[in-house]
Formats: sequence, structure tokens, C-alpha cells
Amino acid sequence: MARLSVQHLLGIQNLTLDDIELIFETADNFKEVINRPIKKVPSLRDITIANVFFENSTRTRLSFELAEKRLSADVVNFSSSSSSVKKGETLLDTVNNILAMKVDMIVMRHSSPGAPHFLANHISANIVNAGDGTHEHPTQALLDAFSIREKYKSFRGLKVAIIGDILHSRVALSNIFALKKLGAEVMVCGPNTLLPKYIGSLGVKVGLDVQKALEWCDVANVLRIQLERQQIKYFPSLREYSLYYGITKAMLDKLNKPITIMHPGPINRGVELSSDAADSEHSIILEQVENGVAIRMAILYLLALKKE
Amino acid sequence: MARKLIFNQDLLEITISRLCKQLIENHNTFGSSVILGLQPRGVIFSKRIAGKMEELTGRPVPAGALDITFYRDDFRRRNNPLKANTTDVPFIIEEKNVILVDDVLFTGRSVRAALDAMSAFGRPKTVELLVLVDRKYVRDLPIEPNYVGRHVITLPSQNVEVQWKEQGYKKDSIWLINKDEEN
Repeated sequence: MARLSVQHLLGIQNLTLDDIELIFETADNFKEVINRPIKKVPSLRDITIANVFFENSTRTRLSFELAEKRLSADVVNFSSSSSSVKKGETLLDTVNNILAMKVDMIVMRHSSPGAPHFLANHISANIVNAGDGTHEHPTQALLDAFSIREKYKSFRGLKVAIIGDILHSRVALSNIFALKKLGAEVMVCGPNTLLPKYIGSLGVKVGLDVQKALEWCDVANVLRIQLERQQIKYFPSLREYSLYYGITKAMLDKLNKPITIMHPGPINRGVELSSDAADSEHSIILEQVENGVAIRMAILYLLALKKE
Repeated sequence: MARKLIFNQDLLEITISRLCKQLIENHNTFGSSVILGLQPRGVIFSKRIAGKMEELTGRPVPAGALDITFYRDDFRRRNNPLKANTTDVPFIIEEKNVILVDDVLFTGRSVRAALDAMSAFGRPKTVELLVLVDRKYVRDLPIEPNYVGRHVITLPSQNVEVQWKEQGYKKDSIWLINKDEEN
């Protein structure tokens, strides 16, 4: 069936394997579209999409906006820093006001986990979660998996290590859900203080030594330290973190095997990833960004189809 | 079940041969002409045409595949959404004579979408339409083919089913089917 089983993209947890494969196949076609001389198709010309961002974002927001524009949708942007949220309006009121202006789809980023799920219970428009607190970031996980699929074709037996601040990362959680559904083996690696206690129950390996994790994996997805979400100190200093968990080109060269380095951005060069590693032949970081537009086009397109 | 055979294997080969000769009449050696098949079944048919053309002219004819799913005007209204297919246009369309190829011409909406989709690759000099089966008197849009395998008078309640060997059938054949009696 060429239709998703869900009406909203709230998280990877709610998707079936068929959904994920349908998104990938559709994204394959959109990737061809965005490499044409004229990168635009008229599919969503009767749809209006509001990008509602209660948290900062560059890449995700730009990527969504480009995806929407290449599908010919009408786009309105909203960011909380310049809005009535500052005057005390509730989330539901803000969104209902936007919907009263005849908006069909909401792309939302919010600092509270579950905010899009709450909205989905109260409004009829399609909702795409562009990151909710430390919970999920489904489009990022889908574009990460899509980039891996492009390089390795199959996920069977593939080993992926997610390295860094797992505790505060919505990218980590969504990636774990997606990769497990697709049949890959997953390891998380980071300092003990940045690994959530429940992590073992998700069916992933847990490692504390980054060199061992690199030796084990085919793909390393390196995450940023999310200082803005850390109210207490989880490690002594960034310098110490970088010494123990930073990945350098020398470490990769020592492995004597092919390895792929991914990063959802923004990179803190010299902290989790050194410049020479980020720019090395192992890195597919910019491919991830390109695939992000194709994946988001596929998701918006599939959600816009007629409901059953 | 009321099924009527419109094309069998032999008739199909004769028709493809005739269509190719008509194309050669108008396009000579295909110096500035290209063939674009519409996904999915128009592509199979266009490959047959291109194969036969090569046989007749002794040189390969540029042929591509165009997917129109993202350009359809009915995609949000359909109960059964269509799956998108690959587009492969390995040549420049600018200033070329393009021959769009599809298996069945019905309402004309696919061809409208194809004209739209094609414009993303450039501005062709001329565009022509070649179809295997032209269903007469059921058009929604003012679109007519330049080359026709066979005209068939049908009702909107009827279906034209095309079976190609490439899709796994034993033989090529085209059938006219009454939808009501199909169940």
C-alpha cells in the first residue's frame, strides 16, 4: 500500500517497517527531483504548511522550508522568540490561531517531550515532529538511516555506534528505534553520566570506550554535547570530554577497516569530532544534509495523501 | 466475465513495426528527436519502440522514462494512492522533438501531467504523442494523439488491461474488460 499507517509523524516509535520503507522509496524519487535543473514539483500546491519552532534550529528548519517549497506548498514561519508566546499564550491557543488561518500541516519543534503528541489529540491538521525536547527527532533518524541505506544497501548485520551525549539526545533515541526496526545492530557509547539508565532495555549494546566502539562498528553516528540541556555538570570539562571521547582522523586511520562517520550537526569541531575527521573521506555529513530535503519532501508528500 | 482481446502478440508486433515506420517518416534518423515513455507501462512500450527503431535504422534511439506521480492533479483525491517511479531522462530536452509514449490514452490527464513534468527538463521544440490504444470519446481534456496503434470505442465503465511479457505474463496481450462483471 502506497500510504503511511499514521496521520502524523510524531516519532519513529509509531511507524511500521513498511512505513519506513515507503518513505525511503518515495525519497529516492524526490532525490532525483532535487538534482534536476528545475527542482520543483507541483504536488502540494493546494497545501499550506506552518513551521512552528519554539526552539532554535538552522538546518532542520531550512531543510523543511526547502522541502515544502520544492513541493510547491505555501509556507509560513513562526518562531517563539518573536511571538505572542512571550506574552503568555498557551501552545494549543497558538496553534489553533494558526490553524484558524486555514493551515493544513504543522511542522513543530518544541522543548517539551510529547508536545506534538498533545497537539495531535486536539487538532485535525497533520503534525510533523521536528524535535520534541529530549524525546524524538524522527526526520533526522530517517535521513540518517536513508544515508546509511544509500551507502550499504542493507541493514542486516550492519553495526552502528551512536557516540556522545545519549542522555539529552532526541537524535539518539529516534535513531535507535529506526535502526532496530530496520534490523541493524546498535551500540551507544559515551561517559556513564551521559547514558540514560533505561538504555539497556532498548536492546542496544552499551560501551564506555570510544576506540572499542569504533573497532566494533561499520558506521559511527557522532553526537554533540547538548550543553543547553544540561543543568548540572555531567563531566569535568569539555577538554577532558574531548580527550576521552573526541574522535580524530588518527583514530580512524588506525582502525585498518572502512568506517563511515555521521553527525546530525551542528558540529562542535575539536570537541566530539576533530576537523580532520569531520572533513575526511569517511564522513558523509554533507550527504546527510542533502538527503534531509528528500526525506522531508517524502514525508510531507505522503502525509498529504487522502485519508482512508 | 466479458473480456475482449484487442491485441494479441502477432498483431502487436505488426502495429509496433507500423508505428516505427510512421515515426521514421516524420523524424528521419532521429537526429534531434527523443522518445519519452510514461511510467510504468508506457516505459515498457517505449523500450519496444526504441528496440524496433534501432533494428530499422541501425542506430540507437535516445529513450527515457518519465514518472508523473508528483504532477498528477488527482493525487490527493485518489482512494488508492499511486506509488512513485523512477524518472530517467539521460539527454537534454531543450530544442528537441519529443515523442511521449504511453500504452493507453483515456481521460488525457496523465498526458497533461506529463507535459508539466517534462517542462522541468527544458523547453522542447515540439511534442508529439504516441499511444498503443486510443480510447475514443472518453476524454476529459482536449488532448489527441499523433500516432495511434488502434482506436477503440469504450465506455468509462470499461477497463483496458495491458499485459506485457516484461511484467511476468507469458504473452503480450491487451484486453477490454467490463468493470461491473469483473467481480
